[in-house]
Amino acid sequence: MSGSAVFWYVVRRLLAMVVLLVVVSFAVFSLLYVSPGSVIDVLLGTNTRTPQLVATLKHDYHLDEPFLTQYWIWVKDAVQFRFGNSIVSTLPVTDEITGRLPTSLFLGIYAYILTMLIGVGLGILAALRKWTAADRSIVAGSIVALSTPAFVSGVFLLYIFAVELPWFPVFGGGTWFTDRLWHLTLPAIALALVGSAYVLKHTRAAMIGVLDQDYVTFARARGLSGRRVLFTYALRNALIPVVTISGLILAFVITGAVLVEVTFSIPGIGQLLVQSATAKDLPMIQGTAIVVAITIMVSNLLADLAYLAVDPRIRLGGRPA
Amino acid sequence: MSEITVPVGELGAQTAARRRRIPVSLVIGLCFFVVFGVVVMAILRSWITPHDPMAQDPIRGLTEPSGAHWFGTDQLGRDVFSRTIAGARTALEGPLLIALGSMVFGNLLGLWAGYKGGKWDTVIMRWVDLMWAIPSLLIIIVVAGAVGGGYWLAVGLLVVLTIPFDTRVVRGATLEQVPRPYVEAAKALGVSDARIMVSHIWPNVAPVAVANTFLVFSGSLVILAGLSFLGLGPPAGTPDWGLMLSEGRQFLFVNPVGTLVPGAMIVLLATAMNLIGDWLYELLARRGATR
Repeated sequence: MSGSAVFWYVVRRLLAMVVLLVVVSFAVFSLLYVSPGSVIDVLLGTNTRTPQLVATLKHDYHLDEPFLTQYWIWVKDAVQFRFGNSIVSTLPVTDEITGRLPTSLFLGIYAYILTMLIGVGLGILAALRKWTAADRSIVAGSIVALSTPAFVSGVFLLYIFAVELPWFPVFGGGTWFTDRLWHLTLPAIALALVGSAYVLKHTRAAMIGVLDQDYVTFARARGLSGRRVLFTYALRNALIPVVTISGLILAFVITGAVLVEVTFSIPGIGQLLVQSATAKDLPMIQGTAIVVAITIMVSNLLADLAYLAVDPRIRLGGRPA
Repeated sequence: MSEITVPVGELGAQTAARRRRIPVSLVIGLCFFVVFGVVVMAILRSWITPHDPMAQDPIRGLTEPSGAHWFGTDQLGRDVFSRTIAGARTALEGPLLIALGSMVFGNLLGLWAGYKGGKWDTVIMRWVDLMWAIPSLLIIIVVAGAVGGGYWLAVGLLVVLTIPFDTRVVRGATLEQVPRPYVEAAKALGVSDARIMVSHIWPNVAPVAVANTFLVFSGSLVILAGLSFLGLGPPAGTPDWGLMLSEGRQFLFVNPVGTLVPGAMIVLLATAMNLIGDWLYELLARRGATR
């Protein structure tokens, strides 16, 4: 694909994203009406029902207007990232979200890097030592890691490395960079386990396929060192399937982040989502859901762009093998 | 003309025996044993639990493993061993329902998409691709938060959210079957579409679908346990592995065994199901049932 073709591809994807976001925002907005009990009851939360409070709520949330007008008013604010005030804390939803976003992003990126490092690294190792004891144990380990949900591995890690051997802190998100790194290491590992198992599986399979190819044999026959053959030629081709599943990995990281943040009491978006869901804090749920949806869509777009960049066959208009 | 007789008596028996032998390694045997054990725990729980899983003993409180309580007691004095056995029920009910439910609908949709092709195929696969990217856990959290949560709501939602996976697998298998002569023959004979899909194509596709169902079971188990962990599943006090793990987090310092054992059970069951599903896939591919 030429430069302009890539540009139009991005534009098309962004438009699709906007449409999808509208659908998601509509669904999220409708949650208020889907909940059992009247809208007023939900918005009151645990406050006592007084006529003044009811009147204020009716005015603030425009409850006397038709449904679509209410939706439109809500969307106008939502586009500027104003989601109203939390029912539980009466503080603006946006402040809460922006306060927590950096921690979650840090955790997510940390976990993603770990996933790739562990998955690709061990996958290559397993492929090079195919069918040996090392390979079998790595594959066996990856199947167990696949089946271990993030919260279970989180609690196990918490026990071994924070309770028994007090190397890491038990909770919290940390403040400055190195402190954050220290606090978020265990959660990031717990998050990375499931994703890295899938990456390992695919890397190993792709690597085994690539190492069998003629051009690798030829390169070796020409006397290129093993390392050069591996990193310059084999690795790039083996990584293509990994890039294709990076969208799936992302889904794991975001899903697992919710569980891991609760396990380690990290003040992030995931924990916020769970807390607001348990407390039925509707404005907070709506705001958090929109932010998470945007994150997922943007990351998927980045993953697809990475796929375009990595596989020249796609870029030049051919079909992927 | 003279008859040509070939003494194939012994050869026949040997070949038949070789065809019948299914490679079952020790690991797979262990997996089946684990699954069998969990099923026994779920069905016979009242008979095999040494103590009542719900019996509280607040005075005793949190204790470490001892002779009377093999895994210790939790913060309300309940025996963890008995609760672990009782927890097998929620670990099996929900995932089983989800696996079977999504298998039924997923198979139907996949058969339809693969057989009809064209517009139907495009529409269904677009929907599958869309659902593929959505993290089901988050949707369930948001909906559970708004509507009021509960175990069965999550199960219902998960059935709907898991159908796309089965659909994709079955559609792929169906596409391999449709060009076959027997399908063409059935069409020529005037057999109705529904009958071709269900009676002719599906039996060839079924083994792959069943293998996939094990993997779906494993995935659903993990998600449901996660929901219980977050408090959005069965009500507090129910013996459920995810819930026990969550409640026990604060007591890691005092009774680690009581907290970690439910987690280990989740991993064990999920791993066993994953391994069985993978093994079935390999087995069927080798025996050519997918072709």
